[in-house]
Amino acid sequence: MALVEIENLSVEFPTQGGIMRAVDGVSLKLEEGEVLGVVGESGSGKSVTMLALMGLIPFPGRVRADKLAFNGRDLLTISDKDRRKLTGKDVAMIFQEPTTSLNPSFTVGFQLTETLRLHEGMDRKAAERRAVELLGQVGIPSPESRLSAYPHQMSGGMNQRVMIAMAIACNPKLLIADEPTTALDVTIQAQILDLLISLQKERNMGLVMITHNMGVVADTAKRVMVMYAGQIMEERSADDLFASPQHPYTAALLAALPERSEGGRLATIPGVVPGLYDRPKGCLFSPRCAYATEHSRNVRPTLKPWAGGHIRCHYPLGDPNRDAEIQHDHPVGTEAAS
Amino acid sequence: MAAPPFSVLAMLRFILTRVSLIIPTFIGITLLAFFLIRLVPGDPIETLAGERGIDPARHEQLRKEYGFDKPIIVQYGIYLARVLQGDLGKSMITQEPVLNEFSSLFPATIELALCAIIFALVLGLPAGIIAAIRRNSIFDHGVMGISLAGYSMPIFWWGLILILLFSVQFDLTPVSGRIDVLYYIEPITGFLLIDTLLSDEPEAFWSAVNHLILPTIVLGTVPLAVIARMTRSAMLEVLGEDYIRTAKAKGLSRFRIVALHALRNALIPVVTVIGLQIGVLFTGAILTETIFSWPGVGKWLIDAIFRRDYPVLQGGALLLGVVVMSVNLLVDLAYGLINPRIRHTR
Amino acid sequence: MTTETMEAPAIAVPTATPPHPVREFWGYFSANHGAVAGLVIIVAVILVALLADVIAPHDPNLTNTAIALKPPFWQEGGSISYPLGTDPIGRDILSRLIYGAQLSLLIGIVVVAISIAIGTVLGLVAGFFRGLTEIFIMRLMDIILTLPSLLLAIVIVAVLGPGLMNAMLAVALVILPHYVRLARAAVITETSKDYVTAARVSGAGTTRLMFREVLPNCTAPLIVQASLGISTAILDAAALGFLGLGAQPPSPEWGTMLADAREFVLRAWWVVTFPGLAILITVLAFNLLGDGLRDALDPKLKR
Repeated sequence: MALVEIENLSVEFPTQGGIMRAVDGVSLKLEEGEVLGVVGESGSGKSVTMLALMGLIPFPGRVRADKLAFNGRDLLTISDKDRRKLTGKDVAMIFQEPTTSLNPSFTVGFQLTETLRLHEGMDRKAAERRAVELLGQVGIPSPESRLSAYPHQMSGGMNQRVMIAMAIACNPKLLIADEPTTALDVTIQAQILDLLISLQKERNMGLVMITHNMGVVADTAKRVMVMYAGQIMEERSADDLFASPQHPYTAALLAALPERSEGGRLATIPGVVPGLYDRPKGCLFSPRCAYATEHSRNVRPTLKPWAGGHIRCHYPLGDPNRDAEIQHDHPVGTEAAS
Repeated sequence: MAAPPFSVLAMLRFILTRVSLIIPTFIGITLLAFFLIRLVPGDPIETLAGERGIDPARHEQLRKEYGFDKPIIVQYGIYLARVLQGDLGKSMITQEPVLNEFSSLFPATIELALCAIIFALVLGLPAGIIAAIRRNSIFDHGVMGISLAGYSMPIFWWGLILILLFSVQFDLTPVSGRIDVLYYIEPITGFLLIDTLLSDEPEAFWSAVNHLILPTIVLGTVPLAVIARMTRSAMLEVLGEDYIRTAKAKGLSRFRIVALHALRNALIPVVTVIGLQIGVLFTGAILTETIFSWPGVGKWLIDAIFRRDYPVLQGGALLLGVVVMSVNLLVDLAYGLINPRIRHTR
Repeated sequence: MTTETMEAPAIAVPTATPPHPVREFWGYFSANHGAVAGLVIIVAVILVALLADVIAPHDPNLTNTAIALKPPFWQEGGSISYPLGTDPIGRDILSRLIYGAQLSLLIGIVVVAISIAIGTVLGLVAGFFRGLTEIFIMRLMDIILTLPSLLLAIVIVAVLGPGLMNAMLAVALVILPHYVRLARAAVITETSKDYVTAARVSGAGTTRLMFREVLPNCTAPLIVQASLGISTAILDAAALGFLGLGAQPPSPEWGTMLADAREFVLRAWWVVTFPGLAILITVLAFNLLGDGLRDALDPKLKR
């Protein structure tokens, strides 16, 4: 039994201009102790997918799925009360902005012991002892004195460590890290990633690493899922994906990495993720794709098994007949890149 | 960078900064009072002394006393020195020192103002919180509609309408005054609700309560509307914050999230607004006391205008201004207490 | 934010177009039913005020003791020629209310106009010259804000002498700080922007800069504040009238009408009910409009 099972998940938000589909038909399986990287630009739906798993989609968002299960529990029919017993205990989440994610009006100690007292039923004394232990585990120096500190008195990196301590307090089976290092200084980023990976190994917990940074995924994940405009574009093992990306979007993301740049100039992907008003009829990536054809502009590709993973593309990069197919379907050229 | 942890020293520095900030305001208010009375038509000496038709010898003596032969800045200095010693002149009508009259009437105003703000808080806070949680519900729209009407209310008319309904139509509440004329209550604290309980006539307490109901509602209406609106918008803003998402991700109950994590932060702007409402409250007290013949400082000030009792007007307005200023300072300090971020900066 | 793709339809295939700014504003504004209701009421009050001579059934100051304290037409003893009844000296209440609308609108507009004129100049001066000038102006405004507004207005009128003109001046002074603060804040944000630097470099004088370049860019918040300011002005002027410090009898100003009617509250409900209702509805309308304008103009609240 997989730890997380998601089938055909979609999340929609009604807005002034119509219904905005943030997540569109996402399916996903995650085993115990597995590390999954979820990659995509901002607005690709990667965070919203995980928020849906946590049951944190804010009103008036709507969540629909054929299956949404955690550790064998059906999350679509679960009662609010049972769900609260699960969230924060068996599945925990940390966020992008550590400083705003902690409540400014309460001390670190209060916020940390709150989780322990709720889920583990500890008394104040025991919770405080455990809190000191946890702060030590996430590498905070002199943890006893930090209990009475307020979030604004600490740096972003320290606050993220507190967030991690809070998340792992009840030994969760799954930790979702939503851009955990984006808001931090570069030197701190590596420390936080190392901490997350070592905690994951120590406890054999599932870890979902949401990021827009391919470099972060390369350092951490075993398996990678690439999302674009609410859909999965490609999904396979990290080693394969980095060695030979199959989707033009993945390839473009990799080409944009500084260490892969050729000729001293950083590659960029022209255009932006489609919004509410300019969602293409065919492949969602086609407006920005260097290989788009009349066919891909008009027909949306499905997610199909490919090369040991899945891909949503008419013309996978590793397909031997690819050039012929593209020629056949009337290429629209590369004006997007010009 | 880690700021120093909470300390008594930081707290003291915070309090001192805030207190020093009101000094220019105090000087401004005294300057205003000082110049205003000199704009009054007629002989300024007679106006200032609170005596009419005084003989030339006394006139000359007073001229010296007020420093009218000296530059204006010296005159202001003399005035400021008197104010600081508690000498605000005396009433033209009663010849009583203004400060004495004020302090004997002020408890009535405070009693009314306190009841009004409690009334506004008890209804306004829960209404605002529930409206925010049930955003766009019928309850929400209802609260917002009613509070906008309350905010737009001419309270002098509102008082008359309530009298019309409750006193005239249903004969439930008295039309004016603080207590039934049957009772004579020895002022101990000046607050009738307390003094009646201390007296040997317990039924006098109910008479005092009965007299308080309508003025409390009238005076509390505008603060009620403002508090409900402010609580709602502060709550809505806080509920969208990242740390509320964190609290949800911790699996906390809805009640705990709202009542602890959200409310604690939402109260910060609400406390400020309540502080600002104190000023509005004293303004409203002037109108409310006039309508209900409530023997407080508001009615006293208005009466002074029509009796052309300028020393009372000058001293009373100055005292009210200082009271409002002090309340604002206290609110500012309270703000520092509930918001650690403010306490630690500067 | 999506301009790049919007300008290149060859790249993106739009399925819908985002609305035009003016239409978007109207979209937000008209979605707010309260704001539209406020606008409708205000237009109605303006029409009543403009057409007072035509639609008022009687002369507002014509007294006739024979018909004193006639109740409204639906009550026993009432008559349709005095639809809302008559006051203690036999004047038609409806006619007085209609002429009162003229006064109330006049008060609101004149007070806010004075306040905006003086306030923006002070605010622009404070924002442009900074230093001591700014400290002096802003400190003064803080003091005015600290004092309860009606108390300050009452003291000013008490010294200057009761009357509509003095009441309007007092109220204008009391609401002044809002405009000064607004204009100053706008200047400080705007002057840091490139277009002002550009104008400075091209040799535009300070006065020209203030009025030609910066002022047009802070009109949106000023419009919102003006709408809310009119409601405060009408309310405070009516309160002064009620206290006998504003418009003097026999002026049909609504607050003054209430002051006249106070002693009859026990005998004739209609003489106190209608003037206050007129104040409430008008003030409410301006507040609704101000709220609606703010929500529609404030990009922060847009989703």
